[in-house]
Amino acid sequence: MSATVHIADVVKHYGKVEAVKGASFDLAEGEMVALIGHNGAGKTTLMKMMLGLIRPSRGTIAVLGENPAAGEFSARRRLGYLPENVAFDAALTGRETQAFYSRLKREPVKDALALLDVVGLGHAVKRRVDTYSKGMRQRLGLAQALIGRPRVLLLDEPTTGLDPELRQTFYDVIQKLAAEGTTVLLSSHALTELEERAGRVIIMNRGLKVADGTLDELRRIARLPTRIRIKVADLPPSGSPAWLPTATPYRRINGHIVEIDAAPDEKLDLLRRATADGSAVQDLELIPPSLDELYAHFLRQAERPQ
Amino acid sequence: MNALITIAAKEIQQAIRNRWVLAATLLLAGLALSLTFLGSAPTGTVGARALDVVIVSLSSLTIFLIPLIALLISHDAIVGDMERGTMLLLLSYPVARWQVLLGKFLGHLAVLAFATCLGYGAAAVALLITGSSFDGEGFAAFAAMIGSSVLLGAVFVAIGYLVSAVVRDRGTAAGLCIGLWLMLVLIYDMALLGLLVLDQGRNISGGVLSALLLLNPADAYRLFNLTGFANVSLFSGMAGLAASSTLSVQALLTALVLWTLVPLACATLAFSRREL
Repeated sequence: MSATVHIADVVKHYGKVEAVKGASFDLAEGEMVALIGHNGAGKTTLMKMMLGLIRPSRGTIAVLGENPAAGEFSARRRLGYLPENVAFDAALTGRETQAFYSRLKREPVKDALALLDVVGLGHAVKRRVDTYSKGMRQRLGLAQALIGRPRVLLLDEPTTGLDPELRQTFYDVIQKLAAEGTTVLLSSHALTELEERAGRVIIMNRGLKVADGTLDELRRIARLPTRIRIKVADLPPSGSPAWLPTATPYRRINGHIVEIDAAPDEKLDLLRRATADGSAVQDLELIPPSLDELYAHFLRQAERPQ
Repeated sequence: MNALITIAAKEIQQAIRNRWVLAATLLLAGLALSLTFLGSAPTGTVGARALDVVIVSLSSLTIFLIPLIALLISHDAIVGDMERGTMLLLLSYPVARWQVLLGKFLGHLAVLAFATCLGYGAAAVALLITGSSFDGEGFAAFAAMIGSSVLLGAVFVAIGYLVSAVVRDRGTAAGLCIGLWLMLVLIYDMALLGLLVLDQGRNISGGVLSALLLLNPADAYRLFNLTGFANVSLFSGMAGLAASSTLSVQALLTALVLWTLVPLACATLAFSRREL
């Protein structure tokens, strides 16, 4: 797998404000990467630098083998971008807008217009963009980003304010592209919906990359406890179950469910004890730490030394 | 090249949709026609050719109106698109910033040229229909008036872009443009006149005066139209000035072209340095 985006020691400051203090990562073909971080963590700035809209103060960026700020445009033709709060010229129709952008990318207008159907905007192409709802604008935004089968797709908060059905369409389209080899980088606040989809997660905090890896890798690094829920048939009304080591904290739910936060190295041992006890265990549920919890963990960790 | 045309075409399309084209054309045609009919009414008896009178009054009108329309269209071009967020997306496409600016310029200029040609052309047609005589020189003077009006429009579109590329928000751009319009179209001439009266010809030579006139595109336009053709300058009351003026037609046109190119180049520079 070859890297489509290469970022090395990139720093960007606006005057005294350091928007990005140091980030290095490579994105590979066909990867779907979630870039997460609170507002002002440097996500948008990173994307703008990848587009060549702003120049890094230090460090190097290469997108599809080109320096995006150098003024060469062959890479940009293979790049799709959906900005946060995308805006279009209000007086044009959806169809005219899409045709305009396809001409700028020197792609066949017909193919670009077909994308409007893909994102489910086929019925409204002849309406002016200022009559569009937020969701329809976002669909149009995605349609223009898909023009010319981009090899790199940068999506800045693509699903904020969208209804669940539209989110589904969104991710379907994106995942199809990623399967065909497009690198997809998307930033979002909606961590739960990224959890199932992103192969890799990059966490930014105050302009610094604080974590980078697949969800499993991050879980391993974070060593966050896995939540184990065990439904026990004859749980004594008070006192802990016999199989539970005495010092282990636990919670009772509904009288017959025991919930334990198990550290990664205790997990298997605990399960063995619980099932070895005989008939007591009726059901068992393992909940690995969610992206939300991982995110919170890495942010706490990043804040601690300061 | 392709990107230029694409962007220019979109600007034109937008201007048509927003009824800018319609409004500008109707405004110019309406004023031109009323000036033509009011202006030609008293001239029959003294034997003046109505066309020359129309040229004098139309070019005086142009000095006020065309810069205003041009600035209205152009002051929003960069800062407005940035505020609305459309510029961010546009610049992520394979287009250079100078292409964006020049494409917009071509589009806006086309809109202005269309409105001017049609609006003022209506006046010419009205004159023909009412049976005014049209000779070669009169026709040339009229064509030169339309051409230089478009050029004056180009000057102020370029100035509007420069303002739009430099300021932080749309309100500032609008305010600055109104200030510039007042300054160049109204105040400059009054100040110059006051200066000349005070000076009584002691310090300000003809050369300095010429330079001062070239420093204002509106004055360069006025001199070009009111002194460029003998008949016209007679009616405009500028024959005296025309005789003493050291400024050739070429110098005036060059001044107008420079007044377009320099702000446009500065706007491009300011725009390409700007961070989004």
